[in-house]
Amino acid sequence: MSDYKDYLTRQVMLGKMNRREFLGRAAAFGIAASNAGTLFATSAAAQEPKRGGHLKLGLEGAAATDSRDPAKALSQFMFVVGRNWGDMLVESHPTTGAPVPALAESWEPSADAATWTFTIRKGVKFHDGKELTIDDVIKTLQRHTDDKSESGALGVMKSIKEIKADGDKLVLTLTEGNADMPLLLSDYHLIIQPNGGLDKPDAMIGTGPYKVASFEPGVRATFEKNADDWRTDRGYVDSIELIAMNDATARIAALSSGQVHYINRVDPKTVSLLKRAPTVEILNTSGRGHYVFIMHCNTAPFDNNDLRMALKYAMDRETMVQRILGGYGKVGNDFPINDTYALFPEGIEQRAYDPDKAAFHYKKSGHSGPVLLRTSDVAFPGAVDAAVLYQESAKKAGIEIEVKREPGDGYWTNVWNVQPFSTSYWGGRPTQDQMYSTAYLSNADWNDTRFQRPDFDKLLLEARSELDEAKRKDMYRTLAMTVRDEGGVILPMFNDFVNAATKQVKGYVHDIGNDMSNGYVATRVWLDA
Amino acid sequence: MTESGPMTGPVLTDGTAGEQPRSADLSGVPAKPNPTGANGEIGGTFWRRFVFRRPLAALILQRLGLSVGLLFAVSLMIFGGIEALPGDFATTYLGQSATPQAVENIRKDLGLDRPWSERYLNWLGGAVKGDFGTSWASKNSVSEQIGNRLGNSLFLAFFAALISVPLAVGLGMLAVQFRNRMPDKIINVISLAAISLPEFFIGYLLIMFFAVKWGVATFPATVYESMSFTERLSAIALPVATLVLVVLAHMMRMTRAAILNVMSSAYVETAELKGLSTFRIIARHAAPNAVAPVINVIALNLAYLVVGVVVVEVVFVYPGMGQYMVDAVTVRDMPVVQACGLIFAAFYIFLNMAADILAILANPRLRHPR
Repeated sequence: MSDYKDYLTRQVMLGKMNRREFLGRAAAFGIAASNAGTLFATSAAAQEPKRGGHLKLGLEGAAATDSRDPAKALSQFMFVVGRNWGDMLVESHPTTGAPVPALAESWEPSADAATWTFTIRKGVKFHDGKELTIDDVIKTLQRHTDDKSESGALGVMKSIKEIKADGDKLVLTLTEGNADMPLLLSDYHLIIQPNGGLDKPDAMIGTGPYKVASFEPGVRATFEKNADDWRTDRGYVDSIELIAMNDATARIAALSSGQVHYINRVDPKTVSLLKRAPTVEILNTSGRGHYVFIMHCNTAPFDNNDLRMALKYAMDRETMVQRILGGYGKVGNDFPINDTYALFPEGIEQRAYDPDKAAFHYKKSGHSGPVLLRTSDVAFPGAVDAAVLYQESAKKAGIEIEVKREPGDGYWTNVWNVQPFSTSYWGGRPTQDQMYSTAYLSNADWNDTRFQRPDFDKLLLEARSELDEAKRKDMYRTLAMTVRDEGGVILPMFNDFVNAATKQVKGYVHDIGNDMSNGYVATRVWLDA
Repeated sequence: MTESGPMTGPVLTDGTAGEQPRSADLSGVPAKPNPTGANGEIGGTFWRRFVFRRPLAALILQRLGLSVGLLFAVSLMIFGGIEALPGDFATTYLGQSATPQAVENIRKDLGLDRPWSERYLNWLGGAVKGDFGTSWASKNSVSEQIGNRLGNSLFLAFFAALISVPLAVGLGMLAVQFRNRMPDKIINVISLAAISLPEFFIGYLLIMFFAVKWGVATFPATVYESMSFTERLSAIALPVATLVLVVLAHMMRMTRAAILNVMSSAYVETAELKGLSTFRIIARHAAPNAVAPVINVIALNLAYLVVGVVVVEVVFVYPGMGQYMVDAVTVRDMPVVQACGLIFAAFYIFLNMAADILAILANPRLRHPR
């Protein structure tokens, strides 16, 4: 009983539950409403942020080759570094994923959603004291749009035809209507830099809550509080230290001995061990990333939808989540969208493991002989184990899968998006449109299932510029059903982001946008000594 | 006899220390009057006389010439190796987020579209002038970054060597002194255990007890610019302890074996019959003759302390050369890999040369090969 109350209180403190949900659950459990009200008040009072202290994070994913230029940020480590010193025009809401103002304080679409006007915030200062102007914004966006740039946001910016100023407003003209335009600007590469970073892309001067004090690529980065920060609802600690720790055991040792306050990428296999440490708390967040088994719809034998259906029914999703993710994840339904996305189409029947149906479709497809699946542990953590589990569950349906382990080096070049059946991983995207456009449009670079359907393409483009939400949601349902029942993707699971912190760390926000509280972890938490 | 010690990395010369003190034929001093290769070009008779009069100087000169050639070969091998790996810099650097356009841009930028021979010669042209270029991935000067990392690696290696070499030799002598008695057996068991445990496991054990359970040691061992000398020392305590445990046994067992080998010879028997004390026999009569293989194995382990400590660096989150090179290989950052490879090779070559020279100094009979 008191355990459950503790649990509910924790949920409120973690920001996973609002007052109404809390009262509902508490009532269902028979806690008197008045009593529940005080409970909520006490846990919310504990939410009062404290300022000060030195926050240390041990993070996986840094390399000596990391670039200071935000356009080239790739690693988990640089993702957090950029969030500390810079701002984009737009951020995404941690729980709804909707666009929220950052350096742009408001925006307005044209009727066809092809022209967007952004009002840029005034009175914001860069770390070097220079005032933020419309000119900095335009030059930043231009730098990332330039074909010669090596920006990771190049794909996002492709749809922008023209960037210009209208007085002190920013006007973006797109090649076609896009109702999600503001969210595209929340891409973590698009940090606004003085003069767009044209002259000094590596300066790490931004408008963010922290100034970079020192940076050694692949080793360590330290930050000092930016006293002139334009926001008061972030940047609670005085200073931050990020330490590169690529060894999973080293991260766990550092956290359990209290040398760091927070670590990322906790291996599901070791979570249970880490849980035993009394000072540690596991922070798992549902995300949009997912693990996939991908078949090329245009290559035999996968060009037969019955065979694809057979292989989808042969996947034991529950076991996958339990064994590969240690329970830290959710089952997938063979389309790349889950309920963390805005306009998620609810009520689509969950596909379950069904050897009989799999055998039926397999027979109907007329295929015989083994199916070759290529995999490697770089595809996703535990990919090789997952392939072997899949082999077992398919065997019960009379389907023989041959698992071939490929070298990790060059997997993304020689196997993924090249071979007809392989394992892979997708990080989430800010919007459904972007997810589908990236991997399911006929002409997409990364159409790794060779899913070529003109009707699907047409509907996706229509949905993109549709400003009526109800209509748009309907379109997304149709798109989801098409991929689920005719596509080449077997999607057994969405993985949680599993991180861990000491109990001193308070105010952690579970952000569906991306791992580590969407990279904002260091700017959102505070230390309760 | 020859345990597989920490012999990772390119063993460029014959690094096995067998039972026989190694004769100096390997060093290239011509044993018979038929000078070959480099010797022939320097004018036969003069060179032969020089070798006869100043065998040591001749040896060093020859070794230096050979080393330069070796370094060229190494650079070519590294270059070829990276070329042979699947995926080039552009595709691996961008990973799954490689759009054809972005890959194209990077390739053009770095001239990866040109033939490999041209790229190699370009790099070589710079390297000969001491310019290792800039890292492709981080756009920083390679020399500058390596300076930092190499300093860290040497710092770690220096303290590990400072503790392990005297300790190994001392324990080796002790084991001989108490041959087949309790101390010898204890030393043997412990050293065999240390050899059998993989180094990452030793590291984890030390972390578990000293950092997590008892909280007496510093972890992680990350060092950075603004640290004071004492802070650095406390940071590297655990990795140094790990390295000492890893290399100690190898050197100690070699010392013991080499001395025992000499102890069974006639002149030692004479010394025993003269009634000298065991310690004196070992120190004055046996050790000088046993020193060559011991020096060799020490050189090998010192090279390992600089070149082969990648695993220890990863476990302890220590920013040294090994970690730097691994990062670079992962993304095929050619200038960095080349520079690291050359430095590692130079270390091996230099230490092996030093070992030969020291062995000859310690045992004059080696100067005139039979």
